[in-house]
Amino acid sequence: MQIYLPIAEVSVNAFLLLGLGGIVGILSGMFGVGGGFLMTPLLFFIGIPPAVAVATEANQIVASSFSGVLAHLKRKTVDLKMGTVLLIGGLIGSGLGIVVFNYLKSVGQVELLVQLCYVVFLGMIGSLMFVESLRAIRKSNKAGGATVPTRRRHNWVHNLPFKMKFRVSGLYISVIPPLLVGVLVGVLAAIMGVGGGFIMVPAMIYLLGMPTKVVVGTSLFQIIFVTAFTTMLHATTNYTVDIVLAVLLLVGGVIGAQIGTRIGVKMKAEQLRILLALMVLAVCGKLAFDLLVMPSELYSLGAGGGH
Amino acid sequence: MLRLFALFLILALPAKAEEIVLGLSRDEVAITATFEGSEILVFGAVKREAPIADDSTLGVIVTVAGPDKPVTVRRKDRRLGIWVNTDAVEVDAAPSFYAVATSASMEDVLRDIEDLRYRITIPRAIRSVGAEVGDSSSYTEALMRIRADQDLYQMLEGEVDLEQETLFRTAITLPANLTEGDYQAQIFLTRGGEVIDEFRTAIPVKKVGLERWLYNLAHEQAFLYGLMSLAIAIAAGWGASAAFSLLRR
Repeated sequence: MQIYLPIAEVSVNAFLLLGLGGIVGILSGMFGVGGGFLMTPLLFFIGIPPAVAVATEANQIVASSFSGVLAHLKRKTVDLKMGTVLLIGGLIGSGLGIVVFNYLKSVGQVELLVQLCYVVFLGMIGSLMFVESLRAIRKSNKAGGATVPTRRRHNWVHNLPFKMKFRVSGLYISVIPPLLVGVLVGVLAAIMGVGGGFIMVPAMIYLLGMPTKVVVGTSLFQIIFVTAFTTMLHATTNYTVDIVLAVLLLVGGVIGAQIGTRIGVKMKAEQLRILLALMVLAVCGKLAFDLLVMPSELYSLGAGGGH
Repeated sequence: MLRLFALFLILALPAKAEEIVLGLSRDEVAITATFEGSEILVFGAVKREAPIADDSTLGVIVTVAGPDKPVTVRRKDRRLGIWVNTDAVEVDAAPSFYAVATSASMEDVLRDIEDLRYRITIPRAIRSVGAEVGDSSSYTEALMRIRADQDLYQMLEGEVDLEQETLFRTAITLPANLTEGDYQAQIFLTRGGEVIDEFRTAIPVKKVGLERWLYNLAHEQAFLYGLMSLAIAIAAGWGASAAFSLLRR
């Protein structure tokens, strides 16, 4: 069934969008990522104009994250205190990110920067997580299945001032590292047009030392607000949020997120991380491939008038 | 009243030897939520007062053009091993949609000089004045190639049925990825490649119903529209969560 999208001004198959929303929703619920880094390139591929895809995707992530976070709240796997600290950092960061984005846009080549950002960050995070998870799995196999908690390491992070107790995460650390993580993710999220979960999740695990079970819910909690902020920004400045496209994506997305959350709970943390790592690496590989291999069409069309 | 006046005006003018009388299957195109493209039937007759004196061939050309818009055409090139956009050419005005149908092959029905004057063929319909890069023609060629792949530019040589040099008809297919605006339908009558009569009419292409309402809301009440999008997102998220917890019980 073809549906004409009023803002994107293209006609697309409704079931295709529902299916895409569902698949990305499952991943979102399982890993605590918004799924934007997967969905946005997929939307480009089916012919949605990039500006509309990025803005609408933000709106869809609000829905799937909200659905996911409710499931996590019931399970008490959301650290609201940590989420709030990260969120404050995130909002500061996205404000900065938009300034950076607009500056680069005036210089030109913003598209290339976004692509390079994707390749570099996805590649780095993906391979780090992959190696680490493999090691963890080997270790747990040797120890006869019993996982040894190794997060009580003390490093420089624990010597900073303004310490705060994060009960749900079982942490007593300074608020500075989570704030900085929030800012960093916010900047990247604004430039790359995604929620930033795929950077946030590893940062929470490896930099802050939070337990994996809490990380997913907390990340989703933070993503809701950052993407809601982005949606409003796009809707009021660029008029590029397509509500019909968003509804189609989010119907699939919210159902997928519920299923994903249930799958995620049943899986071991290491397995979850290795799957996320593989997925991140796959997207990174595809983007790198596009940059390195000669495209079949060297020319592309853009709306004229603005340089 | 106005139309009647116009009719009198036309009748008062000295009659041309051959004139176009035109009909369209629809005089506007409505874009609804389930819009899948549309077909416009252009038909008509050649009206003449005296029998055909000329023995050169009669040609009919039908064009349908979307609104003109500037387009930036970018070219990728290899820099440091990766493919990046390097050069760009600004095309001043290119129709968002353009179809041209003829009753015979283009060179038989239209001379180059006439094409230049009336801007009939696809390359002539694109205006590119301030092209700063040397080989700007390769950019306009790319523009035409990409748009043709999307069925936005259509060259329909010999697609106009012309019967006994009097009745003509053709069908123009509008694809689903249309943009809004006033589309111009033009019909040219040629003898030996020279245009002897032309007729033009506008076909408005408009979003209607829900599409119209959402589009207006997004542009005129952007803040409200943004809030509405968020409310729908939150409601859908909550709804799915509630539905699933009911299912589990």
